[in-house]
Amino acid sequence: MKPPPFTYHAPRDLGEALETLAGVGGKVLAGGQSLIPMLNMRLAAPEHLVDINRVAALATLEAAPEGVTVGALARHAQVARADAHPLLGQALRLVAHPVIRNRGTVVGSLVHADPAAELPAVLAVLGGSVRLARHGQGERDVPAEEFFVGPMESAVRPGELAVSAFFPVLPAGSGTAFREVARRHGDYALAGVCAAVTLDEDLHVASARVACIGVGPVPVVADVTTECDRRPASTVDWAAVTRAVQEATEPEGDIHASAAYRLHLVGVLAEQALKDAARAAAQEAAPSPATG
Amino acid sequence: MTTRLFGEPVERREDGRLLTGQGRYLDDLGAGALAAAFVRSPHAHARVRDVDVSAALDVEGLVAVYTWEDLPERVGRALPLLIPHPALTHGRTAHPLARDVVRHVGEPVVMVVATDRYLAEDACARIEVEYEVLKPVVGLEEAAHGAQLVHDDVPGNVGAHLVQEVPSGAGASAREAIEAAPHRLAFRLDIERSASTPLEGRGVYARWDGTDLRVYTSTQTSTSVRMAVAAALGLPLPHVEVIAPDVGGGFGVKIMHPWPEEILVPWAAMLLGREIKWTEDRREHFVSSAHERGQVQHVEVGFDDDGRVLGLDVTILHDHGAYTPYGIIVPLITSTQLLGPYKIGAYRVEFSSIYTNTVQVTPYRGAGRPQGVFCMERTMDKIARHLGKDRTEVRRANFIEADEFPYDQGMIFQDGRPLIYDSGDYPEMLRMVKELIGWDDFERRPGRGIGIGCYVEGTGVGPYEGGHVMVTSDGRVHVSTGLTSQGQGHETVFAQIAATELGVPIERVSVVTGDTRRFGYAVGTFASRAAVMSGNAIALACRKVREKALRIAADALEADPADMEITEGLVHVVGAPSASIPLSTVAVLANPLRYAFDDEAVKATQFAGAASPDRPPVAEGDEPGLEGRDYYSPIRSTFAAGMHAAIVETDPLTAEIRIVRYAVVHDCGRLINPMIVEGQIHGGVAQGVGGALYERMVYDEHGQLVNASFMDFLMPYATEVPRVETAHLETPSPLNPLGIKGAGEAGVIPVSAVVAAAVEDAEGIEIDRMPISPSDLFELRSRRSADSG
Repeated sequence: MKPPPFTYHAPRDLGEALETLAGVGGKVLAGGQSLIPMLNMRLAAPEHLVDINRVAALATLEAAPEGVTVGALARHAQVARADAHPLLGQALRLVAHPVIRNRGTVVGSLVHADPAAELPAVLAVLGGSVRLARHGQGERDVPAEEFFVGPMESAVRPGELAVSAFFPVLPAGSGTAFREVARRHGDYALAGVCAAVTLDEDLHVASARVACIGVGPVPVVADVTTECDRRPASTVDWAAVTRAVQEATEPEGDIHASAAYRLHLVGVLAEQALKDAARAAAQEAAPSPATG
Repeated sequence: MTTRLFGEPVERREDGRLLTGQGRYLDDLGAGALAAAFVRSPHAHARVRDVDVSAALDVEGLVAVYTWEDLPERVGRALPLLIPHPALTHGRTAHPLARDVVRHVGEPVVMVVATDRYLAEDACARIEVEYEVLKPVVGLEEAAHGAQLVHDDVPGNVGAHLVQEVPSGAGASAREAIEAAPHRLAFRLDIERSASTPLEGRGVYARWDGTDLRVYTSTQTSTSVRMAVAAALGLPLPHVEVIAPDVGGGFGVKIMHPWPEEILVPWAAMLLGREIKWTEDRREHFVSSAHERGQVQHVEVGFDDDGRVLGLDVTILHDHGAYTPYGIIVPLITSTQLLGPYKIGAYRVEFSSIYTNTVQVTPYRGAGRPQGVFCMERTMDKIARHLGKDRTEVRRANFIEADEFPYDQGMIFQDGRPLIYDSGDYPEMLRMVKELIGWDDFERRPGRGIGIGCYVEGTGVGPYEGGHVMVTSDGRVHVSTGLTSQGQGHETVFAQIAATELGVPIERVSVVTGDTRRFGYAVGTFASRAAVMSGNAIALACRKVREKALRIAADALEADPADMEITEGLVHVVGAPSASIPLSTVAVLANPLRYAFDDEAVKATQFAGAASPDRPPVAEGDEPGLEGRDYYSPIRSTFAAGMHAAIVETDPLTAEIRIVRYAVVHDCGRLINPMIVEGQIHGGVAQGVGGALYERMVYDEHGQLVNASFMDFLMPYATEVPRVETAHLETPSPLNPLGIKGAGEAGVIPVSAVVAAAVEDAEGIEIDRMPISPSDLFELRSRRSADSG
């Protein structure tokens, strides 16, 4: 369990990082929580490793009214502490363990594109995007629906660096929730659902979206606004909603769970997450006297 | 007044070191040593056609490459079959490096030595081994059909076959008893594989100075590794030292020895005249060490209206993996310990030990008992269900009564001696565990169930252990014993025993284990035996030292030794503390000197005037120094027991299983340190929870272990382990001077049985296969809906 030989680069600023990447290709080392084990197990054998940990300009976290921009070096723990976005906070509580969250990065998790990971689903359900930069070619923003290409495969091209991710803030009257089932505390989920619900002034469901993890090659997004039929959450036909979500997924069986169990789970979790999100939205829309 | 430490919850003296990074584990040693790495078979079953090392020769830092052909005859021989048994008619062991055929993924084929581990692995990656892939034998029941063979010369893949039969008191066979019984049941049980999985893997570090070989190895038996290495390398025993440094967990896998690496690393160190170290990595540990559990059991039972078992017939298929170096200890223990705390009318047990193209099976904490207990406790629950009786009532009806000890089960145990239980009180233990968990007041509802499991554990197996105790002239007490430590707390409990026996403060006592330079005769640490075996040996050695100390002190004080005692390191006349002499001074006087190396030593020199001119300075039959050595060799094992109960909740929607309460009543005779016993139980239960809910070794049809990492082999975290509530019963063992029984394995033994019972109770679905995952439970629920729908 020692990595094969590679050339190590440690650029000190973004320009140098991009130049190095464009020059040698190679893998980007940020938090290293997936890359280092893969190197040690010799499952990955890049000739060059570009360590961006010295590029301080990437360790940013900017909250604006329209959304939160997370820099490539922002650690899970840092983003969770900042409490900048409710759904990010809900998701990060489910990501691994404190030691991993102290080093692992939000953007790194997106680029790694594990279909069972929480953060890609958050980006997907919010309709966020990832900003990619390449030396000499400027930057491009890739929306979530195009960013996740397949299992462990994102739209980042060789020589490109994902410099930040943008998580949009939901409109007023919205609520979010993340539910998952994992074998052990902090494990990748067998299945999980994050939900975003927006209520109208009458507290009827105006918009309802979920992104499901562990049940497809990429986060599976399902818009169930139609199924919710602009009703109050209490009278929504949840069986129809569950069915719609399940139909969008294509779970597979593995050593931890059968496909049938995953399909069942995603239905259960979708209903729970949507109800949680609707409850949170209702609280936001009609704050209780104590807090209002 | 004596210094009373035996039985006290003394804090673990090793923890300061171990918890602050001061431990010295195998990989902390030998910083300048060359590194070894191995090319291991990627195939479950293949013939090795050719090994081409040419591409590796360019790797800078490469020192040596060895295949089986390079090994001298003595080194390249098949590894020893450690525990022969007449029933093991087709025992097979591996060669240190594969000779012709590999029989499981992970079997070592080529050894590489380089200046560091990175380069050694680079060289391994470049070595090309040409294999002729053979059809692998995977799956216990498929292997038992014998259509494909693991070893060409082992028909039916049957390594061993053994039938043991104990007729009823009236002379009926199990078959006759079952057929004559008012009620009968037959069923099949299935237990998955798991493994010891210590956090520190194996490792060997060897140095050769031209005359003497020193080997450090992460082992549970340094003395036996020493003999095996000396034999394989043709070295005189006095020229081989083997030391177990701090060991980061063993749980059974490190009692297996000699590992190929334990022979090859010292051999190469001698050949190259360089220090060499090999540290096992996690993937190697999964595919190249050993696993356990893994049985299919067919059970037939006949019983009366009260649930008393009149006849029991169990047929076991035991998965032994590719080799049988540790013999058939695991299925032997299953067969015998299956009986638990019960009196069974007539018993017949048959096992077949089956070869498969998987990692070999050797004992893992519990060592066959979890399988046996699963069998018997599932049987008790099925009887209760059949009769509509409370499950504890059925158990109570079958118990050996408290006044029936010693109780002879009529079988031969794993130590080759009669299976006679020495002491216990099972009815009282049942009362205690029912009270602790609240059995009678339990509110059953869908998704909430309770279960119980009982076991008896033979502990402290022979043949022997020894202890050496030396008091030096500074008053310190140095205790050594040959068996090894893997974190159990030996430094604490052995010091408690010595401090109590000698009447000295525990701070003055130090303990060394597993170092053949200090103590050469030992068996090892396994089978919950360290406290029983070395604990008693150390106590006996201390008693020799005490007797000598009293004699010398009595001489000096002109008193009668019978009137003297030792308190706080002071030897004095009972009731007259002023007439005293420090133990340190006694140690000085015990060693007549010519040379005074310090002020205290003056007292023992030849002109000090204390000694009689009419006697030799060292009396006939006496020895210089204040030290003692003694051994403890038991007539047979001593039998600890326990009963566990758990309450589980199952989620109606997600099928997740949560243990909400876990209660343990445990009897290991007299407790040396109740805190350490509880720690052992907690750790055992944690491993048991792993076996019940999480851990399996998933082999695909090609014989690949598909979850060979901590990402996919699910060891429970602290978050998955319930708080364990414990109570102790103490029925001292009459077999040893301290009255103790072993406690090391207890916690793990009945957990699968208990959790299965509780899930069954919560769900109303019979659970015959463990572990059980949420996905498994979901599938069982779906099947039930389909059946009833």
